[in-house]
Amino acid sequence: MPEPRHTWTRGRIVLLAVVLAYLGLILVLPLGALVSRAGAGGFKALADVFANPEARRGLVMTIGLAAAALVVNGLFGIAGALVLVRQRFPLRGVVDALVDLPFAISPVMVGLAFLLLFGRGGTFHPLLDAMDWRVVFAFPGVLIATLFVTLPFTLREVAYVLAELGEDEERAAATLGASRWQTFWRVTLPNIRFGLGYGATLTVARALGEFGAVLVLGGAISGRTQTATTFIYTAVEERQESAAYGMALVLALASALLLVLLELFKARVHRQESR
Amino acid sequence: MSIRVEHLTKRFGAFHAVDDVSFEVEPGELVGLLGPSGGGKSTVLRIIAGLERADEGSVYLDGERVDQIEARERGVGFVFQHYALFRHMSVEKNIAFGLDVQRVSPSESAARVKELLGLMGLTGLEKRYPAQLSGGQRQRVALARALAPKPRLLLLDEPFSAVDARVREELRRWLRRMHDEVHVTSIFVTHDQEEAFALSDRVLLIHKGRLEQAGAPADIFDRPASEFVARFVGDVNILDAVAEKSGVRAGALTIPSEGHAPGEKLSAVVRCYDLKFWQADDGIATVTRVLPLGDRVKVEAKLDDGSAIFAQFPRRSSLLRGVERGVRIQIEVTLARLYPRGAIPGAE
Repeated sequence: MPEPRHTWTRGRIVLLAVVLAYLGLILVLPLGALVSRAGAGGFKALADVFANPEARRGLVMTIGLAAAALVVNGLFGIAGALVLVRQRFPLRGVVDALVDLPFAISPVMVGLAFLLLFGRGGTFHPLLDAMDWRVVFAFPGVLIATLFVTLPFTLREVAYVLAELGEDEERAAATLGASRWQTFWRVTLPNIRFGLGYGATLTVARALGEFGAVLVLGGAISGRTQTATTFIYTAVEERQESAAYGMALVLALASALLLVLLELFKARVHRQESR
Repeated sequence: MSIRVEHLTKRFGAFHAVDDVSFEVEPGELVGLLGPSGGGKSTVLRIIAGLERADEGSVYLDGERVDQIEARERGVGFVFQHYALFRHMSVEKNIAFGLDVQRVSPSESAARVKELLGLMGLTGLEKRYPAQLSGGQRQRVALARALAPKPRLLLLDEPFSAVDARVREELRRWLRRMHDEVHVTSIFVTHDQEEAFALSDRVLLIHKGRLEQAGAPADIFDRPASEFVARFVGDVNILDAVAEKSGVRAGALTIPSEGHAPGEKLSAVVRCYDLKFWQADDGIATVTRVLPLGDRVKVEAKLDDGSAIFAQFPRRSSLLRGVERGVRIQIEVTLARLYPRGAIPGAE
């Protein structure tokens, strides 16, 4: 649809200027500084990251955590969205609100909460001890922290698409003789795929960037619980600034890639809706 | 396939969507479920398809009770009001879906799809996606998709409500022709009495969850079972009437009738073409409006007791001579249906 041409009134110019100035100050300026600082070292900064075994281990850890979050919360997101959108059960509203908790709560608090459960003197500590199983300051800790903070993304996106779609196509599939499993694979899943992709991308982005909960529960032990973000934190503390900027550059590049993916999925979701 | 529905009841909370509905459909019939919106017609259809469960009552398909059988096992084709086409599949994939999930061989499936594309006038559109089709084409794809697995019964929920008037007319002809060729037992839901009467072998009139009347279109039109039906299927005047010794009277009007006890309070339902108006200075009413409606003319008048009445005449009718706004007229009721006043459920 062609948009009507609009005239530049003074109010519109001021509004546009305010919005652009704010975005420039808050978003573009600091990111630009980071990229130019790290970029001063050029490819060498990147090469340094991959040459540094500690940084490499942190990066591998982060990628592993992002992949785990993608798979676990992706599957949970589909199941949870189907339940929340399609089923009516007692306390559904409460459950629906609970899902958003990770959006609202500070990750550091989450870390502390899990410490209370699994840490020394925690509720489950004797049990874990008996099983000779460590959660805090070990891989399970950072994994739980990452899963917690990335929980809502896929579920919310899929739920949104499911609600928009309605159930008529699935009912149609049933009257045509399709089993529930056939209906899911052939009708439901193809219809939610872009929403799923959008949510999965957000999940990965969040997992890459998580810091607070991972630090509290994991403790940034090199080679065991250190992630890309906690590596940056440690490097800054230890005044290894070029290592910090190099890793930041790696994360920034990953974010740029994710941003492109997000835009692609978003466009597809909207195109699908307008049908 | 024959259908028998017995004492179907469905409540949504305190609301009776379907209230003790029973009827039968003969094999090969095309039946219209007619009634005002929100009257429970679609719910009846969905219960027959197995998409909804009745609170009470049973559905028998070919004599077999199917209440515990899932929708996908019933072999019932369903056409949804808003098509519900699979949006990520092409036209041919949509039509083939029912065959594919039922593991029909690809060659057989392809032949059936081709046959249906031809029958529905969709040849050449097989690679298109639903978003690239017009409303009428989508509805035909939905019909072809429902017919592909050779259902024993075809159910259509307001099949033509989402397209404009011209396309609707064309789709009705498609449906009637398709039914005459394939002869599958079919039930369709509509709130449009013209559509129901034009298409159906038999019409079931449903109002507020109850079956008001069932019969051939002409039957319902000529012998409405209740004031509601009379009102719903035609442009009618409803007059408060009282039986007197000399006959039934509604104010200054005499209503043709027989066998009503004097003093009985009645509602007289008079079709707009069962009236005569003619100019007469000693008449009982005054013309308030004359509306040309194409080949017919609608005349509205006010009786001297204040009540309104209207009639329709062919444009060239001699009765219209001198009839115009402000003129005094005499009125004769040639045919009326009388119902006990207020006794009819659903009548306002």
